[in-house]
Amino acid sequence: MIQFDNVSKRYPGGFEALNNVSFHLEAGSMAFLTGHSGAGKSTLLKLIAVIENATSGQVFVDGQNVARIGRRGIPFLRRKIGFIFQDHHLLFDRTVFDNVALPLIIAGYRRQEIGRRVRAALDKVGLLSKERLYPITLSGGEQQRVGIARAVVNKPLLLLADEPTGNLDPELSREVMDLFALFNRVGVSVLIASHDVALIDQFHYPVIKLDHGRLAGRKAA
Amino acid sequence: MKRPGANRRRSAHDWGENLRRMLSPRTFLARHAQVTFESLGRLYRNGLATWMTAMVIGIALALPAGLYLLLANLDRLSGAWEGQAGLSVFLKDEIKTDAAADLADRVRTWPEVAGVTLVTPDQALEEFRQRSGFADVLAALKENPLPTVLLVSPAVNHTDPASAGALQERLRQLPETDLVQLDLQWLQRLAAMLDTARRAVLLVSALLALAVLLMVGNTIRLEIQNRREEIVVTKLIGATNAFVRRPFLYSGVWYGVLGATLAWLVVELGFRLLETPVQRLVGLYEGSFELQTQPGWLLLLLLGAGIALGLLGSWLAVGRHLRAVEPR
Repeated sequence: MIQFDNVSKRYPGGFEALNNVSFHLEAGSMAFLTGHSGAGKSTLLKLIAVIENATSGQVFVDGQNVARIGRRGIPFLRRKIGFIFQDHHLLFDRTVFDNVALPLIIAGYRRQEIGRRVRAALDKVGLLSKERLYPITLSGGEQQRVGIARAVVNKPLLLLADEPTGNLDPELSREVMDLFALFNRVGVSVLIASHDVALIDQFHYPVIKLDHGRLAGRKAA
Repeated sequence: MKRPGANRRRSAHDWGENLRRMLSPRTFLARHAQVTFESLGRLYRNGLATWMTAMVIGIALALPAGLYLLLANLDRLSGAWEGQAGLSVFLKDEIKTDAAADLADRVRTWPEVAGVTLVTPDQALEEFRQRSGFADVLAALKENPLPTVLLVSPAVNHTDPASAGALQERLRQLPETDLVQLDLQWLQRLAAMLDTARRAVLLVSALLALAVLLMVGNTIRLEIQNRREEIVVTKLIGATNAFVRRPFLYSGVWYGVLGATLAWLVVELGFRLLETPVQRLVGLYEGSFELQTQPGWLLLLLLGAGIALGLLGSWLAVGRHLRAVEPR
């Protein structure tokens, strides 16, 4: 699903965020991406979603070389990816339902189909009763779950999460991770960036560790 | 690792389905309908700001429309006079009425002449007596001081200034003629003034169109800035540039429609206010003149101009500013 071949990323100004990183995440698998803050976890995720481009090396997503898909291809690649952010990036001027429906509207689904899929996604994250509320009225954990519902509503092939539990207490963090495991069980590939080692240790998934932009170790499940 | 093969098959199936869905005309229409209502709703929620923008556009469109109508009315007015106007040929004193009648018959046969009316001194005096209110003064005159006059109206295709001038010259050459007065002269001057004014209105229209363009462009630019976060999020979850662009283009179109409608109302109101005084003014000149109000096509023209300028303005703003909003 994701393959990095000797990927380096150097930002303007000389900061080297990733240095010669290679790894392979097979389709349908789930893994953690860990490392200290500034180790390059976010940069790695951004390269997958083509928010940034690699300075050297090659990135493949779902068999496609992302450097070759061009400007017009990027949106369609991103539709295969569900992205979950630490600060969840919800739109506060619309309801929970409308937030979750956004990827479907972008993909051009019909109204009935949108309603069906949004409710299914909200049901999975346990927020079906709150579809009419605005995100601002929800707790931090609930907001994060809305973000997850939005990421999975389009049935993506790949879920990317950047510190999804950064703002949550241990119990809520555990619940969120359980959700990811649930999606993985139905065939979605999942890559979670997190520095919370204690949380990661509770699960038995492969771990990719970064240190100052270099691959510092891999731990099998 | 969990059934990668199954996953791959699902992916292929989903993407075929996605492609079909995206290309269907139903999806296309549904999308546009959805954006239409969404952008309208946003304008409605923006309330005062929307109305202020629309009003500025409305005034900018109303000015050329109003000026155009004003000119059209002046044009009609001068046109109405032009039909009646002609050349007055004052004959020498020694020409008697019979000779004048002969001359009138001769001139009547000229191809550039539509008709000739003979006004004898007696007729002229009578008319003068009735219309001027100097009856008492005229009664004191021993003899009629007025000359015999031929009122010559040019043929329809000889009313333009050059032909009228040539006719005036030909009439002046007649031995019986004392003086030829071209009644059209001041009308020609008016026509020249109207031509100048028309050019000026065109210039003003172009400048105001540019103003509308900048106004819409700036409004859309601000909207893009306000919705930066939303644009970034939608791009992150796979929105194409076309999808992001669409609501802004629709906003531009709606601004144009609102502005054009307001412009029409402003001009309509202006002409309603002018109608009564103009009727009184025309009444004082013993004329009858129907003030021409806005024809239906002017509303269509305003709407067309509003939509075109709104779309172009937002297109320019979107092209310039949307590219800069990318997820980082």
